[in-house]
Amino acid sequence: MAEKKMTSKQMLAAMQAKHYDDAMKAKAEGKPVVWSASIGMQELLETMDLTVVYPENHAAAIGARKCAPELIANAEGRGYSTDLCSYARVNIGYADLANSPAQNIPLPDMVFCCDNLCHTVMKWYENLAKALNIPMIHIHTPFVYEDDVPQRSVEYMRTEVEYAIKQLEELTGKKFDYDRLAEVMHSSNQTAYWWKKAYSLGMKNPSPLSGFDMFNYMAVAVCMRGKPEGAELFQLWHDELAAKSEAGLGPWKEGEEELYRVMWDGIACWPNLSFTFKTLKKNGINMVCSTYPDIWNLQYDETSINALCAEYARHYANRNLKYSVDIISKHVEEYKLDGIIYHSNRSCKLMDFRTYEIQRQVQERTGVPSVIFDGDQTDPRIFSEAQYETRIQALLEVMAARKEGK
Amino acid sequence: MADYKALISELTRIASTPDKSIAESMKETGKEAFGCFPLHTPEELVYAAGYLPVGLWGGKTDLKLSDKFLQGFCCTIIKANLEFGMNGTYKMLKGVIIPALCDTLKCVSENWIYACPDIPVIPIVYPMLRKIEGGEKYCVEEFRHVQKRLEEISGRAIPDKAIEAAFIVYEDYRATMREFVRVASDHPLTFDAKTRHLVIKAAYFMDKIKYTYIVKDIINEVKQLPKEKAQLRIIASGIVSEPVELLDILTENGIAIVGDDLSQESRNWRTPARKEGTALEKMAGMIADQKGDTFLYEQEKYKGAMLIDQVKNEAADGVIYFQMKFCDPEEFDYPIVKKELEAAGIPLLYLEVDQLLDSVEQLRTRIQSFAELLV
Repeated sequence: MAEKKMTSKQMLAAMQAKHYDDAMKAKAEGKPVVWSASIGMQELLETMDLTVVYPENHAAAIGARKCAPELIANAEGRGYSTDLCSYARVNIGYADLANSPAQNIPLPDMVFCCDNLCHTVMKWYENLAKALNIPMIHIHTPFVYEDDVPQRSVEYMRTEVEYAIKQLEELTGKKFDYDRLAEVMHSSNQTAYWWKKAYSLGMKNPSPLSGFDMFNYMAVAVCMRGKPEGAELFQLWHDELAAKSEAGLGPWKEGEEELYRVMWDGIACWPNLSFTFKTLKKNGINMVCSTYPDIWNLQYDETSINALCAEYARHYANRNLKYSVDIISKHVEEYKLDGIIYHSNRSCKLMDFRTYEIQRQVQERTGVPSVIFDGDQTDPRIFSEAQYETRIQALLEVMAARKEGK
Repeated sequence: MADYKALISELTRIASTPDKSIAESMKETGKEAFGCFPLHTPEELVYAAGYLPVGLWGGKTDLKLSDKFLQGFCCTIIKANLEFGMNGTYKMLKGVIIPALCDTLKCVSENWIYACPDIPVIPIVYPMLRKIEGGEKYCVEEFRHVQKRLEEISGRAIPDKAIEAAFIVYEDYRATMREFVRVASDHPLTFDAKTRHLVIKAAYFMDKIKYTYIVKDIINEVKQLPKEKAQLRIIASGIVSEPVELLDILTENGIAIVGDDLSQESRNWRTPARKEGTALEKMAGMIADQKGDTFLYEQEKYKGAMLIDQVKNEAADGVIYFQMKFCDPEEFDYPIVKKELEAAGIPLLYLEVDQLLDSVEQLRTRIQSFAELLV
C-alpha cells in the first residue's frame, strides 16, 4: 500500500532505476539481453520474457547527463562520421567501451530492430550485430506514401513477424506463446491508452502539463510499454494532472502563468534540456504537445496481428508529408496553439528533410507562427544557446502581436 | 582499329553532356523520357511502358531553389536532382521514380510532390526482408504498383509480354556490362578511370539496346588487343566516383580503376538473374540475391569481404572508398569495411566526395600520398 502513496514522478524514477538494475542482474545471471529499437515490436520480446534495453533511451539519458562526448569521440575515432545520428554514435561508442558514468547497461546477446523511425536505425543495428558478432532480428515497416498503410505492406509485415517469431524460437529454444502475446498486446494497448490520455490533458487551458515532462515520462513509454506497470504509471500521472486541472492550476508553480502554448516538433535536445525548457518558461511559453511523444501512442485491435503490423507502420515518422501537415494542423486546433517550434535536429534527416515544407503548409493552413532552430538530440556541438534564444524571441514577438490583435 | 576509339569517344561525349544526349535519344527513339532516381530503380518497367528511362544522378549546379526544401547537410546527388526538377532542367521528363532506399530519398519523394508539381512522382519501397517469401512477394507487388502508376501517367496499358521483353533487353545489358568491366580490367590504359566511368555512365542517357550494341562492339575489338598494364590498380567503392576531375588525378598518379563496387556502376549488374519465374519475379529475385549492397538490409555485412575478394581477383593494389558527403548508409558501412581491409592488409583511401566540389585540389595530395604508398 505504501507504493500507492508514491507520486508519479517518484514512481517514474523507481521504474527507470529498476529497469536498468533488472537488466544488469539478468545479464549477471546469464540470461540473454536484447537491445531494441525504441519503437520496435516489443510485444514479441515481452511475450518471450526477454530482458530488453533500449539504446535510444540510454543514449538520451547519457546525453541529458552530459556524458555523450566521450562515447561520440570513441565512435568517431573508429571511423564513424560526425554526419551520423548521434544516438548511433553514442551507442556504438558505448558498445565498445561498455561504460558510461551516466548509466551502464548490459551488452546485448541479440539486437532487435524496426525501421519505422528511420532507415538509419537498420544500418546502426547491422553494425552492432557485426561488431559484437550477435544475431539481429529486423522488422521492416515500409514507408507509407499513401493515405494509410496499404494491404500489401500489412501482408508483408505479417510474414516478417512470423519470421521474427521463428528466429526468436530458435535463438531462445522456447516456443512462442500466442496466449501470452494477447496479454502483452492488451498491456501495451493499456499503456498507450493512458499515455495518450495523460499527455492529452495538455489540451486544457491552462495546461496542467508542463510539456517537457513528457520527455521524461516517455522513458517508460519506450522501455515498459508492454508491462502492466506502464499503464499504472500513466494512469497515476493522468490523475495527478486531471486533479491539477480541476483545481484550475497551470503547468508551473502558482504565479507562473502559461501565457503562450506551443508545440515542439522533433526530438528533445537532451544535453540542453534545461536551457531549452527554461528559455520558454521564463517567457511564459509552455510546450503543451509534441509530435515526438505521440509516436508511442500505438493502439490497435488486440486480437489481430495484422492490426499490430499496420500500427507499427502507421506512426508519424513513417507517414507521408500530407499526414504530418494534417496532424500538426489538428494539434493547432485541439491544443489551441499560439506557436510551433521545429527542431532541425542534425541527427535526424528523416524528420528534417520534410520540416521546411511542413512548416510552410501548416502556416498556410492555420496561420500559426513558427520557428525552426538548429540542434541535436545528443551531440552538444550543434546547439547554440544564442540562436535558440533569438528564434524563441522572434516567435514570442509574433505570438504577442497576434494575441494583441485578437 | 579506329572504330572502338570512336565508339568510346562517342559514349564519353554522351555521358558528359546529359541534356543534349537525352534530347538526341528522345529524337532517335521517338520516346518521351522518364526519370529514374538512384538506386535499383526498375528501369525495365519504364522501358516496357514505352518511355526512355533516364538516370538521374545529380550533377553540377548551384543549389538555390532546393534550399527551400532541404537543409545544407543533404546528399548533393539527391538535392541536385530536386534543384533540376525545380529549375526546369528536367522539364522533358514525364515523371520520376524514387525508391525509398534511404531516409533522404523517402523525404525527397514527398517534397517532390510540392516542389515539382508538373512532374509526377512514383515512389517504390523495396523490401528489406527481401529473402523471405513474403519479401519477394511484396517486391513484385510494389513493381505492380509502379506499373499501375506508369499506366495511369502514360494512358497506356503495359502488357506482361512488354515487361518480359524489356527484362530481356536489360539482362543483355547487364551481361554485357559484366563482360565490359572484365575487359576494362585487362585494358586499364584504354579505359583509364575517367573513360571507364563515362563509358558506363552513358547508359543512363541512351536507349539500352543501342547502348548495349555499342558496348558489345567495343568489347569485341578491345579484347583482341594485348592486355595492358597500369602502374597501380584499385577497386572503387561508393555511390559514384565523381566529380570526374578526381578521376583525372587518379590517372595522373598512375592509378586505374580495375573493378568497382559503385551504386552507379557494378552494383546494378553484378547479381545475375535467376532462371525461373516471370520477369517481375526475377527482378524481385535480383533484389533478394544482392550481396554487400549498402542500401539493402544484410545482417552479415558482406561488403568488406567482397572488396577483399575483388582486390584478390583483380590483382588490385588497394581500395578507394568514395564517400558521398552526407550519405549516412555509406558512412555506416565505412568503419566495418575499414577494419576488415586493415586486417587483410589492404591499403584503403577514404575520399569524402561531393559532385559540387569547387576544387578537387585538396584531394590531390591525398591521392598522391596514397599512390606513393602503393608503389
